[in-house]
Amino acid sequence: MSLQLFLIVAAALFCIGLFGALTQQSIVMLMMGLELMLGGVILAAGAAWQYIAPTTADGQVLIVVAITAMALEMAVGFAVVTALFRSREIDMTDMAAELKE
Amino acid sequence: MVFRFDSMARATFALLTALLCVGGELIVLGLDYLGIATVLMMTIEMAIMAVFMIMFMMNPAGLMPMTMIHNKRGAAVICALSFALLVVGILLAPWPRRQGRAPADPTMDLGMSLMGPQMLTMLTLGMALFATIVATVVLATRRGRYDRFGDGLQDAPPADPVRGGLGR
Repeated sequence: MSLQLFLIVAAALFCIGLFGALTQQSIVMLMMGLELMLGGVILAAGAAWQYIAPTTADGQVLIVVAITAMALEMAVGFAVVTALFRSREIDMTDMAAELKE
Repeated sequence: MVFRFDSMARATFALLTALLCVGGELIVLGLDYLGIATVLMMTIEMAIMAVFMIMFMMNPAGLMPMTMIHNKRGAAVICALSFALLVVGILLAPWPRRQGRAPADPTMDLGMSLMGPQMLTMLTLGMALFATIVATVVLATRRGRYDRFGDGLQDAPPADPVRGGLGR
């Protein structure tokens, strides 16, 4: 596989995740979209490391950062969902719209 | 498939499959450690996510077909345009040629980098993880200080089963 092919797969993952993040009403499903987007970033960073600069570890460090971001996003997301559900019994983004006021 | 299933549990496992494929592709690219770390982490993450799905979703098993999306057409247009733009950029960009060969042990390379020139990144990640632990506990706990003392923190001290602070 070439660099371009890996990057196109990564772009597809990113855009499918973006579609989920933009359309889903459930907060948990929205988080799944974000996970897919970060999966695309991980794949692109791995491909860039292998096909452009394998002698430096910068691509690998970017993957570590993205994996950590995935873990943080999920932990904080679930804590926010728990707090929201506990206080107002809602798990949908539309029902939490009053939080912006 | 992730956003096409009616069942939230099936959507979770579809996402797990997609992320396992990402881990597999990292292994194909020669990043064995990061690929296996991704696979292990995503397996646990999606297992936790499935539990949360069943806890919070109104239709976790998909027995009642229902739609929980909004602005599907607008989002589809945005995503299609983004994908087209990215593909055009990927195909037209003058990518540099590979410089050097991959090291025999990329994991050692990563470790030396994180403990050397990328130490600031590692420190930042560590602090972010610690802040996340504190923030998630504060968010998820049932008895915060505002629950115990009221919105103005002026209510009488509650009858806590175990007194907090120093000098217990």
